[in-house]
This record gives sequence, C-alpha cells and structure tokens, in this order.
Amino acid sequence: MTVELGFGVLVLTLIVTLYGVVAAIIGVSRKDQRWIDSARYASLLIFPLLTLVVIAILYLIVTGHYEVAYVYSVSSNATPLYLKLTALWGGQAGSLIFWSWLMSAFTSAVMLRKWNRDREFLPWVIVVTLVTLVFFLVMSIFFENPFNRFWATPMGDRIEAMFPPAGSDLLLPADGRGLNPLLRHPGMIIHPPMLYLGFVSFVIPFAFAIAALITGRTDDRWIRITRRWTLVAWLFLTIGLVLGMRWAYDVLGWGGYWGWDPVEIAALMPWLTGTALLHSVMIQEKRGMFKQWNMLLVILTYDLVIYGTFLTRSGVLSSVHAFAQSAIGPLFFAFISLTLIVSIWLLLLRWKSLRSEGQLQSLLSRETLFLVNNLLFLGLFIECFWGVNFPLLSELVTGQKVTFGPAWYIRATGPLWGGLLLLMGIAPLSAWQISTYKTLGKAFWKPFIFSLLAVAAALALKVREAGALIGFWLVALAFAVTLYEYWRGIRARHNSTGENWLKSIWHLTGKNRRRYGGYIIHLGVILMAIGVIGIEAFQTQTQGALTPGQSLELGDYSVKYQSLAEWDTRDGKNITRAVMEVSKNGRVLQEVYPRRDYYYDSQQPMTIPGLRSTMVDDIYVILVDWEPISSRQATFKVFHNPLVNWLWVGTIVLILGSIIAVWPSTEREPAK
Amino acid sequence: MTQPSPIEPLEIESKSSAPTAVFVFVGVILLAFLGFLYMGLQRSQQGPVKVGDPMPPIVLTTFDGDPIDTSAEKGKVVLVNFWASWCKPCESEAAALQEAWEYYQPGGQVLFIGVDYVDTEPEALESLEKYSITYPNGPDLGTKISQMFRITGVPETFIIDRDGNLAYIQIGPFGSTDQIKSLIDPLLQ
Amino acid sequence: MAKKAFVFVLLAVTFFANLQTAAVFAQEKTPVTDDDVNEVARQLYCPVCENISLDVCPTQACEQWRSLIREKLEAGWTTEQINSYFATQYGDRVLAEPPKKGINWLVYILPPAMIIAGAVLLARTITRLRAPKKNIASVSRTADTSGDKYLTRVEEELKKRKG
Repeated sequence: MTVELGFGVLVLTLIVTLYGVVAAIIGVSRKDQRWIDSARYASLLIFPLLTLVVIAILYLIVTGHYEVAYVYSVSSNATPLYLKLTALWGGQAGSLIFWSWLMSAFTSAVMLRKWNRDREFLPWVIVVTLVTLVFFLVMSIFFENPFNRFWATPMGDRIEAMFPPAGSDLLLPADGRGLNPLLRHPGMIIHPPMLYLGFVSFVIPFAFAIAALITGRTDDRWIRITRRWTLVAWLFLTIGLVLGMRWAYDVLGWGGYWGWDPVEIAALMPWLTGTALLHSVMIQEKRGMFKQWNMLLVILTYDLVIYGTFLTRSGVLSSVHAFAQSAIGPLFFAFISLTLIVSIWLLLLRWKSLRSEGQLQSLLSRETLFLVNNLLFLGLFIECFWGVNFPLLSELVTGQKVTFGPAWYIRATGPLWGGLLLLMGIAPLSAWQISTYKTLGKAFWKPFIFSLLAVAAALALKVREAGALIGFWLVALAFAVTLYEYWRGIRARHNSTGENWLKSIWHLTGKNRRRYGGYIIHLGVILMAIGVIGIEAFQTQTQGALTPGQSLELGDYSVKYQSLAEWDTRDGKNITRAVMEVSKNGRVLQEVYPRRDYYYDSQQPMTIPGLRSTMVDDIYVILVDWEPISSRQATFKVFHNPLVNWLWVGTIVLILGSIIAVWPSTEREPAK
Repeated sequence: MTQPSPIEPLEIESKSSAPTAVFVFVGVILLAFLGFLYMGLQRSQQGPVKVGDPMPPIVLTTFDGDPIDTSAEKGKVVLVNFWASWCKPCESEAAALQEAWEYYQPGGQVLFIGVDYVDTEPEALESLEKYSITYPNGPDLGTKISQMFRITGVPETFIIDRDGNLAYIQIGPFGSTDQIKSLIDPLLQ
Repeated sequence: MAKKAFVFVLLAVTFFANLQTAAVFAQEKTPVTDDDVNEVARQLYCPVCENISLDVCPTQACEQWRSLIREKLEAGWTTEQINSYFATQYGDRVLAEPPKKGINWLVYILPPAMIIAGAVLLARTITRLRAPKKNIASVSRTADTSGDKYLTRVEEELKKRKG
C-alpha cells in the first residue's frame, strides 16, 4: 500500500512540476500574471509532495519492507534506527529522491521571497529550477525507482519492478542486505547531504543568471539576489568535501584524507569554479566589470554539478572491466547537452550587453588581482578536468585506460595552490580601482617581515624541503596580512569611536560582515593549508611484522605491539583489535587500538586505524595482517602525519567565517 | 573572452549578440566535448559481447613460451577460460575443465585456452600444477584479451563455435564436467 | 639422555644448515623490508580494484602483487624495471601516471598550455581595459557600497592617526 501510495505521489509530483514549467512559459508568452502565479503555487506544492515520498521511503525502511529492492539493499533487521533513517541516501535510488527533495525545499524558499522588484525574473527562475527537478524526477520514476519490488516469475526468475509482471508473485525476503559498512560512519552520514545541499543551492544562482539572460536584465541585480545563495552553496560544498576527507582518514585506512580519486575530483570541480565565482562577482558588484565572465562561471558551476553526478553514477568512469550498463547515462548526457547548449547560446546572444562598464585603472588594483585569482582557480579546474577525463579519451583512442595518481596532481596543481596563497597575502591590501606599488608596499612590509621570520623559524626547526619552506612562507604571509588587515580596521574603529577593543571587533565585523567574514574564511583556509603542507611534505611511514613486545620505530616515536584479540559482536561483525603502545623518546604516551572489522552480512572488511592525534602530529596505526593467534605475529603500518589536525580546525574557522558572511545584515542594500 | 574595443561608445546597440567568430569557436569546443562524452558513454554502454557475435582471434604466449593463435586453428571449437590464482571460485572448476580437456584432446576438434587474468606468475604456475592443468595457459598481457571479450570478472568462460562465432558465455564457475560436455557436444555435430 | 643429545645434535645440524642456506641467500638476495616493498607499491595501482594504490589495497590479489614486488626487489630489480614489468603485464593503468608517449603527451602539454593561453588573454584584457579613455571613465561606477565607504573612512582615520 505504502509502495503504491509513494509511487503515486512521486508521479503526481512530476505532473505538477511539468505543469509548473508549462504554466510559467504560458504566463510569459501571454503576459498573464495569473498563469505565472499558478506556476508559482505549483512550485510551492512540490516540496510537500516530495516530503510525502520521503516519508513513504523512510516508513518502508524502518518497518523492514524488504520486498522493496531499495530497502533490501540499504537496510537490515540489525540496522540501528539512525542508520535506517540515513539509509534514505545510502543508495542510488534513494539519494536521487533525496536530491530532488532538497532541490524542492530550495525552490520553495526562493518562491517565498518578495518578488516585487524582480517580477520579470520569476517565471524563468521557475522554469530553470523546475526543469532541473523534472530531470531528476524522470530519473527516479523511469530508471531508478526506489519503490521497485522483487517479483518471482513463473519461470523462477527474480525480477525487480514496480508493477507485477504477468503471473508473478511478490517476494518477501526476511532480512535485507544492510547498509554498506563503509557508509556506517558519522562523517559519511552527513557528508552526502552536505554535498547535495551544496549542489542544489548552486542551481538557484544559475536559475537567476539564466533568467537575467532571457529577460535581458543583465545588470548586477541577479548577482545581488543570489550572492548569499552562492555563499551558502559554497559553504555546504566545502563542508561536504571536508567531511568526505575526514571519513577517508578515519575509515579507509590509507593514512591520508585525499587520494585524488575521480569521485573526489568530481565534487571538487564545482567547488573550484564556485570559489572563482564568489570572488569575481565582487568585481561586477563594485565596478560593473566582467559580467560575461560571471555568467560563464555560473553556467560552468551548474553543469559541473550535473556532470560530477553523471561521472560518479553512470559508470562511465568505472574500471575497464566493469561494463555495467547504467540506464541513467544517456539521460544525463541529454540533460547536460541541453543545459550547456541553451545556456551558452543565451550567453552569446546577450554577449555585448554584458560588456564591462568600468575600466581597469591600475595593475595592482583589487580587480586585477581578482582576475588573477580567477585564472588560478580556472587553471586548477582545467588540470582536474583533464585528469578526470583523459582516461576516457585515452581509452577511446588507444583502448588503454590510464591512471592519474596523487603525484601527478600534486605536481600539476601545487604551484597554482601556492599562487592562490600568495594572492591571499597581497589582495586584501590592495584597493579597488587604484592601487600603486607605493601604497601597497607601505601596507605590505610589516606582514612580509613577519613571514620571513616564520621561514627562519622553520629553518631553525630543521625544515629543509624547498616546497615546504615556500608553503610555510606563503601561509605565514597570508596569515599576517589577513590579521593585519583586520587589526587595521579594529584600530581605526577603536580610535574613532572610543569603544573598547572587543566591542570594536564585534561592531567592525557586524557592520561589514561580508568583508570580515571573508577574512575569517581566509584564516580558515590558511590553517587548512598548514595541515595540507604538513602531511604532503612530512608524512613518513613504516611497516613491519611484530610479535607482542616488539616495536616499530618511526622518527622519535616507537609503537609497541602489546596484544591482539578477536571476537564477534552482536550486530553481525567480527572484530580483530590490537593494543599498541605509543611512546616518544622512551616516554609512554598512550595506547591506540587499530582494528579490522569484518561484516558478515556484506562480507566486507573495514580497516580502522588506531589514532593518537595532537595539534603537532598524528600517529596513525593500521593493522595490516595477522597470523592465527598461535604464532601471535601481526603486521602493522605506522604513519606519522604532522600538523594534519590543522586541516580540521581550519575548517571550523572557515565555517564560522562563512556563517558571519552569510548572516542577514540589518543594513539593507541601498535602494536604487 | 573578447572584450569590446574601447573606442566604441557604450550605448546598447540593437544587436547584442556575440560576433560570429565567437559563436563558431564556442560551438566547436562545445560540440567536441559533447561528442567525446557521447563516445565515452557509448563505450561504457556497449555491454557484454553477445552470443552469435563473431569473435576476433586470440593471440597469446603460454607460460611455456609457445605462441598460440586461434586464427590458425580454424574449424575448431574453442573454449576460452579466464581465471586467476587469487580467484577462489576458479579453483572449484579447475578439475572439471581439465577432465573435459582430457576427453576432447584426442579428437583434435576442440581447443581449450586458459587466459590468466592479471595474475602473478609464480602463483599461477603453482595453481596450474596443483590441478595438473595440461591445456595451454598464458598470461593476459596488458589485459588485452579480457578487454576484447569485455569480461565482467573471473572465472568467465567463452565457447566459440567452428565458424568463429560466440556460442556460449559462462559467468562464474562451471558446475561439472558434464555441463561442459553438454555445451560443447552440440557444436561438434 | 641419549635421546636428548640426539635432539640437540639434530637441532645443531639444522641450525648450521639453515645458517649455510642463509649465507647462500645473502649472496644472491639483498634484504628487502616491508618499507622497500611499499615504496615501490605506492607508485603502482591495483589492476583489479578501482583507484587503489597497491601499498594499501587489502585484497589477496594485491598481497600477491606485493610479494611479487618483493621477489623482484630481492632479485635486484630497480623500481623502473618493476614498473615497466607491471605495465606490460597488466596494462598502463597500473602506473600512477600515464607513460610519456603518444597521445599521453597531451596530458603534460595541454593543461599548462591552456593556463598560459589564459594568462595571455588576461594580460591582453587588462592592457586593453587600461587604455586611457577619459570619456568612459565617467561612465564607470565608482565603488559605492556601504562597505567601501566604511573602508575609506577607516583609511582616512588611519591617515589622521599617522599624521
């Protein structure tokens, strides 16, 4: 019953969505406000409808309806309730519904805003968001239906279908297969929703951009409306990426957090263009320049969101020998082609009305530096895009697939990341329009000397790698400049108003959230960079087979193997866990417990490291292998990951900064 | 990105679209990208080889160093078995395959070829010895043969009829010698 | 007692025999540690899994490949030799980077070329937009948001303080 009901509502949602698209177009062509209002109501109806669908799926999961193929594949009787709820996005079909649901929530939020000043945008925003929704709903209904059930045909085959094939009976498995154990981690539970939130909120700026192109209202109004959306999208995407990194660090057991895997890069690419966009819209807002460029970035970001989903879900990227046929590939291809061709064509039609109003007056002005920033982000995007897509090309041309490992990406993107850090250390000091070497130099010398001191300190600490030294120098420079800028503002406010220092900080940030929130985001990124440099430049590792009492030595650290135990748990897994004692220079610090969990239901092992984590370094121990208990020998791998904790700390600072920058300001933008 | 020439006045003209050159340039890039994507998609969508398809000849060098080329063995029924020493299910069918080979070898009408898919040679030889496999076996260098057959995993066995067309695909291990015989015998008539 | 002595002799014999073989091995083989193996394995990818480098891959197949690397290292092979052996055996995709040949050159040339082209385009745009043209300067909007007004005030404040 729930199955039919849920599917019925899903189909109804598609009909309502299609109606919304048609009504909006009729409304525009007949210049009839009633049709447009009707389209708007239709858009508002989608969210409650999809909520019903989501509730239906959750109900099926929680009550254990394993005749539903999706429920069978992501849940089991032993699954705890919270994992049953998050199993909504634990598989393909469910996560597509979840995507649509979030998308509809954002659409509703946009529809509920005041449209008085932007009436002409409304129908086109409806069309773009709803067409995107139609695409995902069609995919859910016709290709990845979460309500498909198992049927036994008279021939004895098992078939997955929504409606019973002739003469077949419903199959009722007593238990499900359970969620993929790799996904049973807090990081992995919040990671997909964050990424999806980032993805869907990038649809909104795209919708406004397209509306601006169609209506010809190509001033910066669309940017002002959507800048907060863009920042929210960027924030969610960032959180999603970092959670994915944390998950990899905690669960995948290879000592790092980022493997330059195509799946990771697929999510990074829209982040790169989105970050470029966040910066370049400021040029348009302040100086009315580079409108064409911003449009291009919005279109690119939107289509990269779709393309990334396509790459990771259609099986195009999977290895040579997985010729799994996925029905959603062609649909994705059609949708990407449609959106790319239409939006680029619109952009070219409006090309000249999107010309720059202002002009560049100084080579060191902030707008010039923002352009360089965009060049670097686009460069990063090109390297990543090429690295992900070249294996496909190579396979087509030579029949051989190739792999791009971390070494290639680090070499290709390292200088560009460095360049961005350098810009972060210069741009905040430059002014809009006019900036000279003299003014810049005057502001620059103090932070510059600080950064040199930092390099000297690193040298004193016996850091010799050139890459790491350059990295630390750039980090110190950007850090000093950002703090110096903040300090200048605080001091000026303190001196002019006579407030106490804390109040000055508070008011300065509050009065200019975007600017100072942005600086806090920069500080977060700088802290993250410390972590990245730490692990990239200084990670060391060693491996060896030990008997109890023996140790592995790594630098100043010694990791002693104490004991090993193995047992079954009640929730259907087998745990092998070692007790290891970490000591530094002979002083015992603490015990860590590397484990290997084996899940009986999915026959999947999971390597969980034993971790000692401080702000200085992490000791990360993996249980690689062990002999039967009798011989008591086991193989361990120990990683020394310096500074990696700064990555997570930096992320928290970044989130704080973003929240400050996004927070609705009491000072409204000046009415024109 | 072409910027308007600075001498032009900034009034909005009636015609606001980009110059034709820009249209052409962007169009070519866009189409090239979409075309590439289409071909990649087509490749990933082509699915497994189908029964009845003509199969290309198999060229491989056995572990003993003998070259094998099925194009020189026209008119024979060919059984190609993909396996690996790290593959547990492969072990369960090894004896059945060897028994079937011993049954057909004297007739000279059937050729068995073992293709060792991404494996390490010492372990592969060990496992050939363990099951006393005598039909020709060789490594799949650069995974060329397995890509040609678009295998989905190991073990997987392809039976090719006298005309060189694919007659049967066995995904997973064979159950018994009789099963193999029941598949090959009809092809010999 | 006699039995014990016999056991001892046997032990001693096997011990020395072992020592001898160990000595023989030492002449042919260089000692290879797990770290040496991982050093090479890190640069290679598992041929049957997706995007997992060989040093961290937990499957049995990968274990075999690691012991293969160990054997090759013991036989005195260099990293390059092992890499090319793996590439011919299992295809180019096991290498952490496409080999520099044929179409793969595009990998190393195209992205930097595009970035340089972008830089040139950017430089041209900047110089063109910097061309002096006073009539248009008046059209250009001056920075007018409250934020920048505030900044100007801050800057003025700073100047005052210094002056």
